[in-house]
Amino acid sequence: MSNDHAAGAWLKSRTAVWNDWLTQAQQPWRGLTVDEAQRRVDRYRAIARDLATARRLLPSSRATSALEALYRSAHASIDVSAGLTRWRLAHLFRDEIPEAVASLRPTILWLALLTCVSAFAGWWLITHYPDLIVLTASERMIEDVEQGHLWTDNLLNVTPSSILSLNILSNNIFVSAFAFCAGILFGLGSFYIVAINGLMLGALFAFTAQHGIDDQLLRFILAHGPVELSVICIAGAAGTSLGESLIRPGALSRRDSFQRAARRAARVLLACAMLLVGCGFIEGYISPNPGIPMISRAIIGGCYWFIMLALLKRRRVPLVPH
Amino acid sequence: MSSEQLRITGLTGVEITLDIAGAGSRSYAFIIDWHIRLLIALAWFFPAWFIATRSTGVFAPAYWVFIPALAIYFLYHPVLEVLMRGSTPGKRMAGVRLVTRNGGTPSIGSLIVRNVFRIVDSMPAFYLVGLLCCLMTAQRVRIGDLAAGTLLILDASTSTRSLGQMGRLVAQSGLPPNVVELIDDVLERWASLDIDKRDGLARVILSNADSKLTMQGLAGLTDAELHTRLRALLAGER
Repeated sequence: MSNDHAAGAWLKSRTAVWNDWLTQAQQPWRGLTVDEAQRRVDRYRAIARDLATARRLLPSSRATSALEALYRSAHASIDVSAGLTRWRLAHLFRDEIPEAVASLRPTILWLALLTCVSAFAGWWLITHYPDLIVLTASERMIEDVEQGHLWTDNLLNVTPSSILSLNILSNNIFVSAFAFCAGILFGLGSFYIVAINGLMLGALFAFTAQHGIDDQLLRFILAHGPVELSVICIAGAAGTSLGESLIRPGALSRRDSFQRAARRAARVLLACAMLLVGCGFIEGYISPNPGIPMISRAIIGGCYWFIMLALLKRRRVPLVPH
Repeated sequence: MSSEQLRITGLTGVEITLDIAGAGSRSYAFIIDWHIRLLIALAWFFPAWFIATRSTGVFAPAYWVFIPALAIYFLYHPVLEVLMRGSTPGKRMAGVRLVTRNGGTPSIGSLIVRNVFRIVDSMPAFYLVGLLCCLMTAQRVRIGDLAAGTLLILDASTSTRSLGQMGRLVAQSGLPPNVVELIDDVLERWASLDIDKRDGLARVILSNADSKLTMQGLAGLTDAELHTRLRALLAGER
């Protein structure tokens, strides 16, 4: 029997099966029973067998290309990571995120130091050269401070707390995500954002101190500031780890090293985003509210900071799947 | 194998080739998606604005108008990519989809990482960084794809349709598969081929397929008759 006849006979014999596979390929992969999933895996193996035969009998034919496409599609359906189960989520928040944060601890501490140093630099700069405040504050902010009140004083009269919270938390999440992504510039981008943040903080404190309202600024930031500043340092450290993965990829290629660092650091970013949601609510509802005394703000700020530490603390015993 | 293809080994050991989508397909998909999300956001924005401006609450517009519209605009890609397992309406229309570097379906984590890096890729404007990265990398990926380990490939799912068709035509005609494929190709492209060329092709195919037919005998047939004969040959009506 010639090769053509063998190929023709084989095609004829497989047509019904292929039509069946094409119908099955349209069906969704979600919510399958174990037996159904096993049948799909068997079908994947059968497609692979037919593809190998087609490549031998009908190289460069349309049927072979179609089988390749079917195999690619079946492969994408089989090669899927496990879905988000309750255990997976618990493991992520209880073990994986604290583990990732723990691996970044030295960098976080260095960035916290950088924030302090740049805040001091900003304070020193504005104390000695007050005109430079135009570099860090808007005209409206400067005008308000010069008139003896903070730009945040009438915030609740202009915008309701709910809108303010959403606005603030989306802005904070963007800043943290940017501090993380900027790490791709070999870590320098993250350093820059953290340093600028500290510089602005110090400059604003120096400027408000010159007009005798620095206590009001402290009063405003006390409840949300500790976690917000910490989160920016953590996001910056995650970004720095991206930079480090490019500078020192080790045995991996730069691409693989970057990908591994990004996936690990993204978990940290998820924790940052969640913590910033809390900060946004505090900054929208508590910080601009003049009725809340300083001591309450300090307690809220301190408690939220300790909650953050507890959430990010590494557990000695990892969660075991049931 | 061209540089725009990636060869990977499937889980059964059989090799497959992924056709990598270039900057053109990527931009085309993005532009479709951009229009869709803009239209949906505006479809929310204008009616909501109309209702809100007639309501008594001072802050109603910001609460009901802007936030959902912005959420639709900014969360379109991450939400749809997660729900549609690496695809979006724009990607579907452009015939591309996202896969991992092993050809698998990207995880939720990968898709979120990919979307977080839009911050960098979209800088300074019009996705310039992403586009440059895409043009400079061998696998045509932007920074988000590098971070997430994803690839944008051309989705060849439409070609699977010919699988059942080929078997059926071979069974009907009794001809060898390569001849069936040739006839099917010629018939499919019949309208786009030059009349002299397609008639010449049809005569050669018909004379080779049926020994009773000669080129001289087929010379008197019109273009329409040759087309009918080819169809009949494919249908097994000889």
